Amino acid sequence: MLSRTADNLFWLSRYVERAENMARLMEMGYRMALMPAVGDGNRSEWESVLSASGCMAGYDPDAPLRQEEVANYLIFNRDNPSSIINCFEYARANARAMRTAITAEMWEALNNALMELRRPSMHNLAKNELPEFIDWVKKQGALFRGATDSTILRNDGYDFIRLGTFIERADNTARLLDVKYYVLLPETSMVGDGVDNYQWTTVLRAASSLRAFHWVYRDDYSPHRIAHFLILNPFSPRSLAHCAEQITQHLERLARHYGQRHPVHGQAVEMYSLLTQSEMDEIFSTGLHEFLNDFQARNGALSNAIADAYYFGGQ
Amino acid sequence: MFNEMTMDDQVREPYRALVDWMEANGPEVLEQKRLEAETLFRKIGITFAVYGEGGDPERLIPFDLIPRIFTSSEWRKLDRGVKQRARALNTFLYDVYHNAEIIKAGIIPADLVFKNDAFEPAVIGIDPPRKVYSHIVGVDIVRTGPEDFYVLEDNCRTPSGVSYMLENREIMMRMFPELFKNLRIEPVESYPDMLLKTLKSIAPPKCDRDPNIVVLTPGAMNSAYYEHSFLADQMGVELVEGQDLFVSEDRVYMRTTRGPARVDVIYRRIDDAYIDPLCFRPDSVLGVPGLMNVYRSGGVAICSAPGAGVADDKAVYTYVPDMIRFYLGQEPILNNVPTWKCGKSDDLKYVLEHLGELVVKEVHGSGGYGMLVGPASTKAEQAAYAERIKADPGDFIAQPTLALSACPTFVESGIAPRHVDFRPFCLVGDDIRLTPGGLTRVALREGSLVVNSSQGGGVKDTWIMSD
Repeated sequence: MLSRTADNLFWLSRYVERAENMARLMEMGYRMALMPAVGDGNRSEWESVLSASGCMAGYDPDAPLRQEEVANYLIFNRDNPSSIINCFEYARANARAMRTAITAEMWEALNNALMELRRPSMHNLAKNELPEFIDWVKKQGALFRGATDSTILRNDGYDFIRLGTFIERADNTARLLDVKYYVLLPETSMVGDGVDNYQWTTVLRAASSLRAFHWVYRDDYSPHRIAHFLILNPFSPRSLAHCAEQITQHLERLARHYGQRHPVHGQAVEMYSLLTQSEMDEIFSTGLHEFLNDFQARNGALSNAIADAYYFGGQ
Repeated sequence: MFNEMTMDDQVREPYRALVDWMEANGPEVLEQKRLEAETLFRKIGITFAVYGEGGDPERLIPFDLIPRIFTSSEWRKLDRGVKQRARALNTFLYDVYHNAEIIKAGIIPADLVFKNDAFEPAVIGIDPPRKVYSHIVGVDIVRTGPEDFYVLEDNCRTPSGVSYMLENREIMMRMFPELFKNLRIEPVESYPDMLLKTLKSIAPPKCDRDPNIVVLTPGAMNSAYYEHSFLADQMGVELVEGQDLFVSEDRVYMRTTRGPARVDVIYRRIDDAYIDPLCFRPDSVLGVPGLMNVYRSGGVAICSAPGAGVADDKAVYTYVPDMIRFYLGQEPILNNVPTWKCGKSDDLKYVLEHLGELVVKEVHGSGGYGMLVGPASTKAEQAAYAERIKADPGDFIAQPTLALSACPTFVESGIAPRHVDFRPFCLVGDDIRLTPGGLTRVALREGSLVVNSSQGGGVKDTWIMSD
């Protein structure tokens, strides 16, 4: 396969996943904002959504940090490289640059999503019915993955698509958890009270994991368990551990298929081991934020190592 | 004006079954089919960008449902005429880059060839595989009467439109299965196989295996990008951009996820000027540095060969009938349109005096840009154009405004005749192959003679009836 095609496939699925995760971040901000204000910390939900999305630097410092402005920036702003509309634009441009490497069903899923998103009526929906708009975005991601899953050949192209999905998802789950860090009250007395627990369940909800959580733990929400579910639990589809497992598996498939191993294979195993061998207590005692930061750095380095291994043909 | 469908109030024989079908089903069914066809095209995403208009770079090219039909005897003449031309043009190309016999014989002026922008000194003396330069020759043909066909121009570099020929047929077969069942219409679907066979047959001397073939595109922003990806897909070969290729030790490689993979034949859809920044335009980012060195040493074949453009220059065009006589010792089967060369003072005088009747074109132009259609122009436009001609007469040729044949076409007011032309695609490699069919282009504006899709033209399926 052409290196450029592999690169396109990888980024195509990253952009689709990113669009969906932008929507999930907003869902979390939206729900947290519905809670009554307790102290100053709680009033910065939208600011924390911006921070966690990595889009703070480009946001107009004079613009209010309210739902309408922040959501508009994260959804429709053309200057924001991670805005949902840009994610779909880039994804479709990548797809168009290698139409022969994806199936007609995948193309249609992407093309239809972008065509709908470009309609003016979507602006109104996002403004007036943010939860509905968020559902729409999540549905587009599901349609694309469904089309991919049921139509594409299980060859190396499939591996690059899945690598993109899980690298991006791992990054985004780490960001979701980090919103909680930003919102979390400075006073430790608040930790563990009703507001705190509500916020933690919001993280779960944004990860579409509320019911799954009950099936797995059959117990109360506690920050400890919720963080465990999204970080270390290998059965949770958005957990860091599951993403790392998938990344490792797809890299192994490529190594078998090509009969070649690269430094990236060792890095992936190392990241996966970190997650299988850690305990939640340790993570909380060294600091959740620090742990997540470290993970995001490793995940980013892994993405670069994939490029080194495959996009330049090993040269 | 010759109407392709009717003559002396009678339906012409090749159209009879179609007309019967249309009468039996009525306009509502036809309108329904038209909407279905448009939906299909949108779904497939066949698009054509128009340069310089801005707007949607993925505009649909209008497709007209009513086919243009040739009898088998009409086709036999076109087939022989097109192949004859393709052979003569390739012989001419080999000649001008080697001994230039045709110039020594005084048949074509030396300046016209050697001072031509499309003449490529970098390939003088190089022998391309099988001595072929133009592997895909698109010959634009118009008709003015039952037996009167004229060649409007030759396209020896990278003629586009063949994907429409194939997709139009796919759509028509879905729309009118009963017509295809009952009529004997020559199939066109073997074109990609024939193209692949042609490309394999021109493997370079150093290639010692089943050649690895790629299609080289400038990228997704190019107006014909859809066609590039379509052809690569149909042939089952990689669609590459310049950045995917590199030169190492006298061979060309593409970057793959397994490491470098050698490339033997490049079907390029980018112009000569851009294929190698070390040899041609240094600012080109579309090409492959060092490609021409590999080509010279027989490490890679390039289709069409660099330098092929000198054969389809509009000034050289006027000498094609002479080429056929000189190289093949035959009389041309297809005529040229009579042409005035503004570089000649007598011709220039005539052209300037008759601008209102003539079609004037830039010698190096293409795509219907920068031409003057006399009868459709204003006095002011003619005056402005006259100044351009006087500034550089050698850059212009003029032809009579031909009464192009018209074919019934869907327009807003119903079905009405619109002018058409025809471009068959001739393949030249180990053999000369011609798919029975081609691209019929139609000028959708009433009275318009400009069929280019960049100028509001549409396309039709072309049926060749078999015996």
